[in-house]
Amino acid sequence: MQAGNPAIDASPLIPSTDGAAEPSAPRAKPRPFSTALNPIKDADFGYVQARHLLWRAGFGGTPGQINTLVKWGPQKSVDHLLNFEKVAAEPVTADRFDKDIIRPYNDEERGEIARARRSGNEEAVTRLRASRQEAERLDRAQMRDVQHWWLKRMIETPRPLEERLTLFWHGHFATNYRSIENSYHMYVQNQLFRQHAAGNFGKLLYAIIRDPAMLAYLNNNQSRKGRPNENLARELMELFSLGVNNYSEGDIKEGARALTGYSFDDDTFEFQRNNHDGGVKVILGRRGTMDGDDFVTAILENPACPAFIARKLYRSFVLDLPTGRKELDGPAQSVVGQLASTLSGGRYEVRPVLRRLLLSEHFYHPRVMNEQIKSPAQLVVGAVRSLNTPARDLGTLSDAMGLMGQSIFFPPSVKGWDGGRSWINTATLFIRQNILCFLLTGKTPAGYDPLATQEPYDPSFLLEGLDVGSGGRLEPESVAERLLIFCLGKAETHNTQVLVKYMRGRKDAGTGVSRDTLVQVLLLITAMPEYQLC
Amino acid sequence: MPSFFNHGPTPMAFTRRSLLRNGLVMASAAASVPYFLERSAMAMAAPDGLSSTPGVPDERILVVVQMGGGNDGLNTVIPFGDGAYYKSRPQIAIPAARALVLDRQAGIGLHPSLTGFKGLYDAGLMSVVQGVGYPNPNRSHFKSMDIWHTADTTATGNGWLGRYFDAECCGVDLHGKATPEPMAGIAVGREAPLAMQGQLSKPIGFESADLFQWLGGGVERKLGPAYDEINRRGETGGVDPASTQSFLMRTAMDAQVSSDQIRKAVSAKPLSPYPGSDLARQLSMVSSMIRAGLKTRVYYVTLGGFDTHAGQGGENGRHAQLMQQVGSSIKAFYDDLKKQGNDTRVLTVSFSEFGRRVVQNASGGTDHGAAAPMFLFGPMVRPGVIGNHPSLTDLDAGDLKYGIDFRSVYAGVLEQWLKADSKKVLEGSYRAALVIKKA
Repeated sequence: MQAGNPAIDASPLIPSTDGAAEPSAPRAKPRPFSTALNPIKDADFGYVQARHLLWRAGFGGTPGQINTLVKWGPQKSVDHLLNFEKVAAEPVTADRFDKDIIRPYNDEERGEIARARRSGNEEAVTRLRASRQEAERLDRAQMRDVQHWWLKRMIETPRPLEERLTLFWHGHFATNYRSIENSYHMYVQNQLFRQHAAGNFGKLLYAIIRDPAMLAYLNNNQSRKGRPNENLARELMELFSLGVNNYSEGDIKEGARALTGYSFDDDTFEFQRNNHDGGVKVILGRRGTMDGDDFVTAILENPACPAFIARKLYRSFVLDLPTGRKELDGPAQSVVGQLASTLSGGRYEVRPVLRRLLLSEHFYHPRVMNEQIKSPAQLVVGAVRSLNTPARDLGTLSDAMGLMGQSIFFPPSVKGWDGGRSWINTATLFIRQNILCFLLTGKTPAGYDPLATQEPYDPSFLLEGLDVGSGGRLEPESVAERLLIFCLGKAETHNTQVLVKYMRGRKDAGTGVSRDTLVQVLLLITAMPEYQLC
Repeated sequence: MPSFFNHGPTPMAFTRRSLLRNGLVMASAAASVPYFLERSAMAMAAPDGLSSTPGVPDERILVVVQMGGGNDGLNTVIPFGDGAYYKSRPQIAIPAARALVLDRQAGIGLHPSLTGFKGLYDAGLMSVVQGVGYPNPNRSHFKSMDIWHTADTTATGNGWLGRYFDAECCGVDLHGKATPEPMAGIAVGREAPLAMQGQLSKPIGFESADLFQWLGGGVERKLGPAYDEINRRGETGGVDPASTQSFLMRTAMDAQVSSDQIRKAVSAKPLSPYPGSDLARQLSMVSSMIRAGLKTRVYYVTLGGFDTHAGQGGENGRHAQLMQQVGSSIKAFYDDLKKQGNDTRVLTVSFSEFGRRVVQNASGGTDHGAAAPMFLFGPMVRPGVIGNHPSLTDLDAGDLKYGIDFRSVYAGVLEQWLKADSKKVLEGSYRAALVIKKA
């Protein structure tokens, strides 16, 4: 095993590979797209299904990890991925980043500013402004550090579903650093999502109205009794819990009143009683002197909420909706409805919903598998984790993800990332192909990264257990098939032929497929359009 | 079929030739005509998109030159006749005798290093719009630049050019879905600007053309043909056309064709010499893409370094060097376009996210301000100085007050040059500034 990801090697997901199972075509007969959530039968859970589960419930897996899941069967596999608190992981600490780069002026500083302004002291004003700008510059640098920290965590975690869900909630409760310019608050918010990743959505909703990053992003810290700011109240319902048309303009106005006073001081939530409108309100059919928590309670009791969240989870883990195909939309809707019931029946516990979904035949249907366009995070993190390449340079990976349209901590708007086909255009396609080229070979437009020549990537573990042919050499056809099924989930004729032709043209000695040839075959596979799917 | 351009082959012909050159065996046209061609055919038939609609000038191009950091408009377009200017800037003001006079009566002139601009001005190819800004000026780089990019004082939403592309540069695919023209907008630089990000339309951005292609070919040359076999298939039989896989294959094909066109275009030597600066390099690339007849409607180039808080200099120094670069680059650009015969097709607009404060600071520089001039270039512009210079005494917290909202300038460009519905694109009603000469 090459160095670069000791956490993956040490993770409980790494199997003791005693004879890798051969990847085979799905053993399930093609069946209609189920409207129910019948669990998948053990016998139908093979290599392709385990691979699919690892990609959708995480960021992909190595052949060894896929084979381990096949051996475990669906129940144990889903339990292992979902009950991730049982897996030891690096804790997230409050002091990992500096909370004082951005802080409110203290009394002394406030006095200095007032004096400078009163006396028209240009020099002092300039100096204070310069020190503020310096703090902002330092904070932007720390934000990049936090980005790299999270990216590294996604790459190394033995709890892939935890990070997957953290990213999901980050896109759902979208908050952009550019607007709030406080990296520590973004870090705290990130941990909030991690804490509640597969927990209770209700608890998360109560927590988000206390989160400094969200309060600043949606201007609730400026909201006052008599002059309420409606931004948070609106997005709380429209984007975070109920969806459009499930509330009225009146609910927004009244909800905004309920949220007055929900603010923060420095890094902690602060309920400012003197700014809070304590009057009687009517929100979503409930009446009383409601505060922010009562507002959230009213939301959670609204049946539109579990339906909205269930639909979002479905779109993230299963299929983008609407699918555009009548024969899929109906069953999808039905499944979303059942997930919504599970969510509301379980008082917003997310785990049971995911458990039911990830164990269902519906989830493993051929129409679902290999149909989702990988987000930039899935692509980059997934490549490192599944192909076990060195991570090389987090800055390069993070920048590339940004160029692909997903700079973590910088969602383009409060709607988060659209996802799906919007990830793909002619420019992002080249960036996607080229970041894989970088991971596999270290090649950048300017040259090679130093690690590439010191420690060349060795992908031969991908061929473990592959039988040599009668001539004592690996057959190009079996190599192509093995790699295509691992990387793409299927080995189509055209792709196989292109790879076989290439390998035959290489005329390698020895086992018939040299390390260099293997890397080049992977370059071709990762440049295939289908590689963008999972 | 109308020809889109004055020069170069029509896009369809170019594509087919490049496919044949790559030795791709095309089976029956129905089965394997690449998506790129199919959609172009659809776009020509459709009433919207880049087809020929009466009154929609297909050959018109817009180039945006962004000066990043907040260019000091007051030392760029100088009110040399105003005593307050000299009182406010004892060290960095430009002496009246050194300014390049634009309007002697109004006492307005250019920074002495802007000889390039003066040449264009004297030839009737430049318009100076004074006092451009917006209400409640924001003095943060990020926020103000986002405001200019989104044409929205809350700085939210898509880019104004992105919305233009969505409204005017989308074709219709075989399945009736609106599809953006992949090459409607090209930005030179690492990241394509927010201004060009639409709902559907996304710009192409690259620092240099050789980055807009697969790097694997540089790892091992023999990979090239195999890569082409994979990515230039377009849509062939067997793959469900409504599937995501098919969409990916079509986009891959488009990417190869765009890449070929762009790299071929920029490999040609310019007809006219350019200075060796960063901005000149970018404009030279744009010029070569225009010359090659790319379908692109809007190009975007950027130059940073204008945030002159300290040691700005006056007639000489940091700001002067920036002025030299901007002036000489845009002059060289138009000289080149003229040689090509393309100058009448290209309107260039230049802006910065804000101007700077009237009074110089204690570090020989200036701090973030508000209103500043915008510049337009090309034979089609209303030449001369438009609008009045903002007052140096009636200020907004020490900053120049704006006289023209930048969205009025955008509206003028959209309506008079691009013949687009400015209300729809700007998502608001702004009185369009008269920026283009009447025909």
